[in-house]
Amino acid sequence: MDATKIPTITPAKPTSHNKVIEINNLRKGFYGQEVLNNVSLQLFDGENLVVLGKSGSGKSVLIKCIVRLLDPDDGTISVFGENVNSVNRKGLGELRKKIGFLFQSGALYDSMTVKQNLEFPLRRIKKDLTQKERDEKIKEVLEHVGLSEALDKMPSQLSGGMRKRISLARTIVVDPMIMLYDEPTTGLDPVTSDEISSLINEVQKKYKTSSLIITHDIECARATANRVIMLHDGNVYLEGKLEEFEKSTDPLIKSFFK
Amino acid sequence: MIRFFTDGINCFIMRKFSPVLKVIPKIRGGATKQAIRLSEKTIAKTKQVNNFFTEVADFFLFFNRFLRETFSPGFEFREFLRQCFQIGNKSLPLISVTGIIIGLVLTIQSRPALINFGAVSMLPGMVAISLIREMGPVITALICAGKIGSGMGAELGSMKVTEQIDAMEVSSTNPIRFLVVTRVLAATLMIPLLVLYADGLGILGSWGGANIKGDVSFVLFFNQAFGHVHFMDLFPAVIKSFFFGAVIGLVGCYKGYTAGRGTESVGIAANSAVVLSSLLVIIIDMIAVQITDML
Repeated sequence: MDATKIPTITPAKPTSHNKVIEINNLRKGFYGQEVLNNVSLQLFDGENLVVLGKSGSGKSVLIKCIVRLLDPDDGTISVFGENVNSVNRKGLGELRKKIGFLFQSGALYDSMTVKQNLEFPLRRIKKDLTQKERDEKIKEVLEHVGLSEALDKMPSQLSGGMRKRISLARTIVVDPMIMLYDEPTTGLDPVTSDEISSLINEVQKKYKTSSLIITHDIECARATANRVIMLHDGNVYLEGKLEEFEKSTDPLIKSFFK
Repeated sequence: MIRFFTDGINCFIMRKFSPVLKVIPKIRGGATKQAIRLSEKTIAKTKQVNNFFTEVADFFLFFNRFLRETFSPGFEFREFLRQCFQIGNKSLPLISVTGIIIGLVLTIQSRPALINFGAVSMLPGMVAISLIREMGPVITALICAGKIGSGMGAELGSMKVTEQIDAMEVSSTNPIRFLVVTRVLAATLMIPLLVLYADGLGILGSWGGANIKGDVSFVLFFNQAFGHVHFMDLFPAVIKSFFFGAVIGLVGCYKGYTAGRGTESVGIAANSAVVLSSLLVIIIDMIAVQITDML
């Protein structure tokens, strides 16, 4: 995509104050070392919540606990009012269908073409679609991320930014209600990072999703955040609007916004 | 349960070596240092034993999960067929070359000894029986352990490192059912077929070897070869080949699926899959021979 054509899309305002995700007193540690220590937060319907923090502050662990890729040691996580920790396997599967997860590495299946990558979740989550409807859906999301021509390419033939966009397409192809972004702009150049940030806002507007964006990239946070939470040493250090963070005199927060 | 088991083993070892620890305050200077070194060795040994039993227990838990997913509804048939193609069809060139060479070499090596006893007419039967009973299944399984086992270990290991397995899980797909069950079942089905194919080509290679220094017709050679082969030569060999296939698939998938998060763990997974599955093939072969002998 040409750098001059990057649309600057701002995030939409949250539509309501209904909680879609509620985390209370979450604790998680590995080998005796506590990574998350009493974390509580809420994600409201239609908002983009950015979770900021240094590397190793437990941001990725936090969203992996939400989809139960990791089991928390203590605390509760509710998604649409359902407790993720106590739900059975079938219920967890149903819950995961409502959540889209963009992995830091993209996590595209290496052995499949772009089309097969997009078809994979569609076949499993939207089982009632015909092949024609699946093809149309794939075409639509690829157009949305601006990569229609990549349909028959293998992931190894794509650049870092393209992989991220295809990965985003794979996530939105099943119309999730919540989007979890794990470091969406890490390892990308500033131009591609801006493209991804704009895409996040576009997805929020077009698909009416609520998003939790884990990042340490301030530009990404500026472009996408309705609200920001900062994690430090496994605790919620500060919560508020981005402007409040930028005005803060706290040395830790200032070091982020230099 | 596993914790209880490994703690019990630790307790036994510590009890066995603990007098060294107890006497530390009573002895002097160099003797104390030696005792401390001994106690460090004991702790290291305990850790090794602990790791070994944890690994064994993990493997059985993985096997249990594999069984549960195999017999639960929602079998991934398309992926199973793809894996059969990957394991079976793509191993054919390697198995062909190996099978022919094994038959050829076996014939060239045995022929002089049989000539000395005037028993060269026994050559086709002897080669056929040794290929069908032992050489075909074991050599094919060892080659497949190298090719398929390492491939599975590396593929699943890299999928783990690059979060592809996690991505599968959040797409409401059971990764054990999609990745492990299909691969293990495909290996279990394909390796016996590859073994039969290798046996056939081995006998063909043997005919070629017999014709290098002698002259024997194709029909006579095959008639003599199969004239000596009985049902009980073939049946146990095919049965043990199923076990070879299952163990190669299971170990390859286990090592890949439980690989660490770093890129070096992909290499470790591939390497240990080959080493462990080759070792288990030999052990299963030994057990199979004992059981066949009793029949």
